[in-house]
Amino acid sequence: MSASISASHGDAGEADRPVLTITGATKRFGPVLALSEIDIAVRRGEILCLLGDNGAGKSTLIKCISGVHRLDSGTIVIDGQTTAIRSPAEARSAGIETVYQDLALFDNLTPAQNFFAGREIAGPKWLPRGLRFLRQRQMDCEAASLLAGLKVTLPRNDAVVAMMSGGQRQAIAVARSTVFARKVVILDEPTAALGLRESRQVLDLVARLRDQGNAVILITHNMEHVIELANRAVVLRQGRKVGELIPTAHNKQQLVAMIVGA
Amino acid sequence: METTRRTGINIAQSFPSARANTLSLFLKVLNFGPSLILFLLIIVLSLTSSYFLTPRNVSNILAQTAVISVVAMGQQLVILTRGIDLSVGSNLALASVLGALSFHAGAPAPLVIAVMIASGAAVGAINGGFYVFGRLPHPFIITLATLSIAKGLALQLADGRAIPGMPPAISALGTDALGGLPGSVFVVLAVAAVFFVVTRTMVWGRWIYAVGGRPDAALRMGIPVSWVLVSTYVVSGTCAGIGAVILAGRTDAGSPLFGNLLELDTIAAVIIGGASFLGGRGHLGNALIGALMIGVIRNALNLLNVNIFFQLIVIGVVIVIAVEGDVLRNHLEGRVRVLQAGKEP
Repeated sequence: MSASISASHGDAGEADRPVLTITGATKRFGPVLALSEIDIAVRRGEILCLLGDNGAGKSTLIKCISGVHRLDSGTIVIDGQTTAIRSPAEARSAGIETVYQDLALFDNLTPAQNFFAGREIAGPKWLPRGLRFLRQRQMDCEAASLLAGLKVTLPRNDAVVAMMSGGQRQAIAVARSTVFARKVVILDEPTAALGLRESRQVLDLVARLRDQGNAVILITHNMEHVIELANRAVVLRQGRKVGELIPTAHNKQQLVAMIVGA
Repeated sequence: METTRRTGINIAQSFPSARANTLSLFLKVLNFGPSLILFLLIIVLSLTSSYFLTPRNVSNILAQTAVISVVAMGQQLVILTRGIDLSVGSNLALASVLGALSFHAGAPAPLVIAVMIASGAAVGAINGGFYVFGRLPHPFIITLATLSIAKGLALQLADGRAIPGMPPAISALGTDALGGLPGSVFVVLAVAAVFFVVTRTMVWGRWIYAVGGRPDAALRMGIPVSWVLVSTYVVSGTCAGIGAVILAGRTDAGSPLFGNLLELDTIAAVIIGGASFLGGRGHLGNALIGALMIGVIRNALNLLNVNIFFQLIVIGVVIVIAVEGDVLRNHLEGRVRVLQAGKEP
């Protein structure tokens, strides 16, 4: 764990180039310039915090990366390859997973069924995707070992998600992002609706995602969380990138000043 | 802080309180409610009427519920995706008329069956196609339109009258087959078996539940939501076509007057059977139990010499009870969740 983190700190990580690089990202909604010439890069095993006030463009930026919106101009480079992301499905197949603020969980399905929704393990391969037969036991096993690996324990693995609490649902949504994420995991305010203890548990889970070698992009408003977890922080204001620094307890005031533009 | 970091997410300690346990138990009863009620209904009726459980009457009930059962299974898939198919009755009527016309034009039995099923599927494809690709806000309007169109077309083609005559292979469905049971019962079982395999073991079935549970999330997860929706209407239409074959077999005719209020019966069957009108919840068994319940209630009211108008009232009241049961179930589940969350460490 410490190796990958120290490698990505500062300039020491020249050997591992960014897994995701975005340059000149620009997005308009009618007359509103939501994003203007934004450059960000994130490496494996690091957490990049995206900061900014409401309407700064954080959510728009991650929606462009996860395929919900399309950039008007700018390039997305994944593992050295310029990649067009036109839909959520394309983002996922490019190795980018997103934990949305609304979690996007299927309440009527079990955690394992949620994990593999849209990417079910099924066969035989010569049939069209929809007509293949589910390999439910294999999916259940993989889901169970994944939850165990992330130290997430649920009251029952075979109960539908509807019956689970806020923290459990958040944990399931975060865990789902790691089923196929081999490159980038984006988390949009994962602790927003949670109590103190549940927040702690989700933050630990985020740290574990990083330790497993994912590049993590985290949106949060909580400065304590930023200082604790972030390797770097990028601050957006009114659709522009206004700063990037390594957050510490000492430059907290500077970060806040950047966010509010004082 | 270090200890919590090490233990990680440990939410298994959330023992539900006694109150949550009571609620969970009540929820289970509610989930089994429809089969329980059907069972009690059968017991009460067999005690009050000596005729009720005779092989003749049982076979009669099964024959009369065959059409509702098959069409309700298709309706079930549509309702699972938060939709509704109002056109099933007219669709069935049109299919039966086209079948009868093709028979009189000299088509052999397999072709007549194929015509009826294809006609049903085509109307279903129109429903699904306009709903999804015509970007309609709800399937209510388009299926209401095809209800009218298919009915008008059937009346036009048949000149407003029933067309008697069906190939012997089809009318055999109405007569007794194995063990005193009508052939149509075996059609229902065959359709149910196919539905079981498809909805429980195939990716497509899983997608139907995902789309019904959360359409926007299904889209974000890369599920082909449009095609899943269209497919459910095609299947519902196909089931109406199969229903036409059964009804044509039983009456030895095709008629534009078939399938009157069948949309009501099938939607009622699905909801009475315990599926959720809110989408994403329910299974094959719900449609079958619901259909059987409607059949038993009708039969019972007949045996008790209750007039036909009153039957409609009873079915309507049962629908209201079933839907309120669904609302109650959702409310209780929310309560259980809150109680469990409250117990978390």
